[in-house]
Amino acid sequence: MAERPITGFANIEQTVLGADEIILNMGPQHPSTHGVLRVKLRLDGERILDSECIIGYLHRGVEKIAEHRSYQQFAPYVDRMDYVAAISNGLGYCEAVEKLLGVEAPPRAKVVRTILTELQRIASHLLWLGTHALDIGALTPVFYCFREREEILKIVEKYCGARLTTHAFRIGGLQYDTYDGFEQEVKRFLEDFTAKIDEYEQLLTENRIWVARTKGIGVLTVQEAIDLGATGPVLRGSGMKWDIRKAFPYAAYDKYEFEIPTGQNGDTYDRYLVRIQELRQSRHICLQAIEDIPSGPILGKVGKVLKPPPGEVYHSIEAPKGELGYYIVSDGTVQPYRVRIRPPSFINLEALSKMVRGHLVADVVAIIGTLDIVLGEVDR
Amino acid sequence: MANDPSEKQPPAPPGSPSEKAAEPSAEKPATPAPTADAPAKPADAVPPKPAAPAAPKPPAAPPPPKEGPVPLDNDLVKRFKARFGDKIRESWLDRKQAMLVVACDALVEIAEYCRDAESFNYLVDLTAVDWPKREKRFDVVLNLYSFKKNERLRLKVHVGDGEPCPSVTGVWSTANWLEREAYDMFGIVFEGHPDLKRILLPDEWQGHPLRKDYDILLQDEAWVRENLGIESGQ
Repeated sequence: MAERPITGFANIEQTVLGADEIILNMGPQHPSTHGVLRVKLRLDGERILDSECIIGYLHRGVEKIAEHRSYQQFAPYVDRMDYVAAISNGLGYCEAVEKLLGVEAPPRAKVVRTILTELQRIASHLLWLGTHALDIGALTPVFYCFREREEILKIVEKYCGARLTTHAFRIGGLQYDTYDGFEQEVKRFLEDFTAKIDEYEQLLTENRIWVARTKGIGVLTVQEAIDLGATGPVLRGSGMKWDIRKAFPYAAYDKYEFEIPTGQNGDTYDRYLVRIQELRQSRHICLQAIEDIPSGPILGKVGKVLKPPPGEVYHSIEAPKGELGYYIVSDGTVQPYRVRIRPPSFINLEALSKMVRGHLVADVVAIIGTLDIVLGEVDR
Repeated sequence: MANDPSEKQPPAPPGSPSEKAAEPSAEKPATPAPTADAPAKPADAVPPKPAAPAAPKPPAAPPPPKEGPVPLDNDLVKRFKARFGDKIRESWLDRKQAMLVVACDALVEIAEYCRDAESFNYLVDLTAVDWPKREKRFDVVLNLYSFKKNERLRLKVHVGDGEPCPSVTGVWSTANWLEREAYDMFGIVFEGHPDLKRILLPDEWQGHPLRKDYDILLQDEAWVRENLGIESGQ
């Protein structure tokens, strides 16, 4: 492919197209865009010269809504951002408000939060794995993944009554204590789970088609990943050993030992391996936590009316997709003055343009999949 | 409506000492704006010894153990001040998080210094906060992180309405979309941005919804009528 200068794709209409070039719209109703993502591609035959994401189809103004709700009232809204990992969203928000208030959740609440969040990470990664493989053409894994994901959703449903938009935690701790048999059910799930991960790996890890479709696709170096602000498995796949659970331990993560898996090449295959390893690590964390849930209260000393002292706080957690941050400004009233959500999907998606350049159209699907975006979070 | 943003009294944000004498929010009787140094508890207008047990209110206000911003002066701040002098306007510590308020015209220079010399090489987030009562109404907030030191740092600049803010896209590529979002939501113009246009809202949308004077029920009705073919999106 001849190198040609690519001017800002912003001016796509004004850009003079070469004789072989075409503009192709992908989405917003394309099934492999995982929602309503529209990607404008500038192509030379099958090869991508440049691309631009057009987002905002699901914009609901969550940050504006936050300014008109009390701190507690806003908590259910965050579940609707990354709706496949609602528990993680809720944890980040509750902890940010707790930090703002200067209160802490009791030990029992922290451990239960850790268990549920890790289960949610497993569920989110399973959904990613199934759909990512489906996008690339491996039809089988999705059935296996959903089988295990269902187990987790059942546990979550038994815990709080909801499967997806859970609103599982409350500011200051938990609303519900664990149900009878919670430990046993989680343990039973975790015991079988390693064999299940092996099963997924058997289907994919050494599958020649899978390797051919993912190795060397969408490469990001560490430097590029940092410059583009990528976090989570995308950053770790490029070889950066960094995880907020280790860097700024929250919930009860400081009590458990676990590894941070990393990749070397920063390609789609490495990100796949990283997420598979994360499934194993999440299981490992859950097993440690479930063995020893401290007894005691589940809700800390927070009032019914929350009025954090004026000031601001930034708190972030390692959500399944990356760094999920909340920057909350309080003016001392019952409503937040400003809630800014740092969405991992939004910022990881920014890397798409860089990653698809020079690849084929079919690889765009693989790269969107490997970024693991949820459009509800991108658009908020 | 009670939640009208214009009724909300912003507290004196760190950065506008002139407004330190924050107006107590008269419109919100239930909300006696607690100041940072006065514990919020007695503000409930209940005498300390209520004879009636019908005072479940006091526990409502969580005891603030001296939360809120306090001036910061550590080695980091000293290094910044030695390098940039009065371009570093203020330095604060809030909930153990460091924050520098810097001059708008020196933002790019300071950002480069943060990235290269202080190893804050990772732009976590860029956003804005609107304080309509202030002379320069916007805070542009940059959250930085250093992998090397495992530390966070927040940079803030004050930008007036219609005033350009220098873009940091040249320092971190992440800033591209983040600045577009800030432009979309607040109407802050980032000078030097390669492609400043709306990102979440449609290109032709009028108004910037996260401004405090943009009511939550407000929308670009002409756009909705024309493009969705309905009278209201509500």
